[in-house]
Amino acid sequence: MSKLIDARGLSCPEPVLLTKQAMNEIGQGSFEVMVDNQTACFNVSRVCKNNGWQTEITVEGTDFRIAVSK
Amino acid sequence: MPLIIIVGAIVGALSVLLVLAGNPANMGVCVACFLRDIAGGLGFHRAGVVQYLRPEIAGFVLGAFGIAVSKKEFKVTGGSSPVIRFVLGMFVMIGALVFLGCPLRMVLRLAAGDLNALVGLVGFAAGILVGIQFLKRGFSLGRSHAQEKVNGYILPIMAAVLLLFLAIRPAFIFFSQSGPGAAAAPVLVALAAGLIVGVLAQRSRLCMVGGIRDAMLIKDYYLLSGFVSIFVVALIGNLIFGQFNLGFEGQPIAHNDGLWNFLGMLLAGWGSVLLGGCPLRQLILSGEGNLDSVITVFGLLAGAAVAHNFGLASSAAGVTANGKVAVLIGFVVMAAVGALSRPVILGKSQRVEKSVTA
Repeated sequence: MSKLIDARGLSCPEPVLLTKQAMNEIGQGSFEVMVDNQTACFNVSRVCKNNGWQTEITVEGTDFRIAVSK
Repeated sequence: MPLIIIVGAIVGALSVLLVLAGNPANMGVCVACFLRDIAGGLGFHRAGVVQYLRPEIAGFVLGAFGIAVSKKEFKVTGGSSPVIRFVLGMFVMIGALVFLGCPLRMVLRLAAGDLNALVGLVGFAAGILVGIQFLKRGFSLGRSHAQEKVNGYILPIMAAVLLLFLAIRPAFIFFSQSGPGAAAAPVLVALAAGLIVGVLAQRSRLCMVGGIRDAMLIKDYYLLSGFVSIFVVALIGNLIFGQFNLGFEGQPIAHNDGLWNFLGMLLAGWGSVLLGGCPLRQLILSGEGNLDSVITVFGLLAGAAVAHNFGLASSAAGVTANGKVAVLIGFVVMAAVGALSRPVILGKSQRVEKSVTA
């Protein structure tokens, strides 16, 4: 089961910081990030792509689940 | 070309045009000064030369609100440390009024040759670096949660009411007869510019503090490119229209006390990092339904009122003694908030790996 980071309701830049931390800790593999707004969704996707990770976004109600993998 | 570079160019161009249309020199847009002017217009302070209900601010909120609703991005959330945000907002405003500009005006002043803004920029970057250290050590204002929708309509409605007051000029609203508060582009021009910026800033996530913060923290230059774009286009505009004057002395609505230009913007930058966005970004987020940003805007307004009532704000004559004390108090408050507000979010310490840059 993938590690899940619940970044919903957190202010900029916390979702990105937590994502960056996970990418560094995991190195290679997959994890998921939950955010609750479009801006955080863009920002998290950007930092993942900039570091060579793939992202897949699923809308869940008013939240976004971002599956990140390398 | 990324959207944000186009947005930055438009913001830069509109800022130059607003000055040509009547806004104060080197102040096509200044979120801090304009909120301060609104505080004056409402009578929250009685500094006669800075009282005017700037329609640009209403434009930012309503533009962001309108586009967020139409793109289904309007989402009412709140509840993450509102009282701390209010106080941080006050100190960000105080820092900005000691320097005499918000981060956006700092860039516009620089684009007009005001080298005092360069000192401010260095201070701003230093403040962001300080704020980042707190973020990396677990500082957070906690989680926000969904709130009742009606809360999110209140600031846009207030913005509309401000426009109404501007139109009908009731006796209880103040209008400067002289000074910067009397220098204003025609209402419809200023409002149109504000609406355009509100829409574009919402779509592009334009944020002056995010620009430097992301460059330092995660080596992402998206937001910074918007910042640079504003500078370049405003610079070209100023050169074309003869509004460029290189130097430290005699700059409009500015002072050349280097230490306090540096420290004032340090406070503004530090506070903006803790708040998650610069004052412009707070207005845009408010329009999107972010109640934490609404509280921050109220804090900015309160800070502006306090700044003029307590003699904290600077002027072309320089910095006041009270202003210096207030900035120092601000550092203490921000350090305390940064050190003490460390909720455990994921069930364990939030210490961020050293491998996150800066």
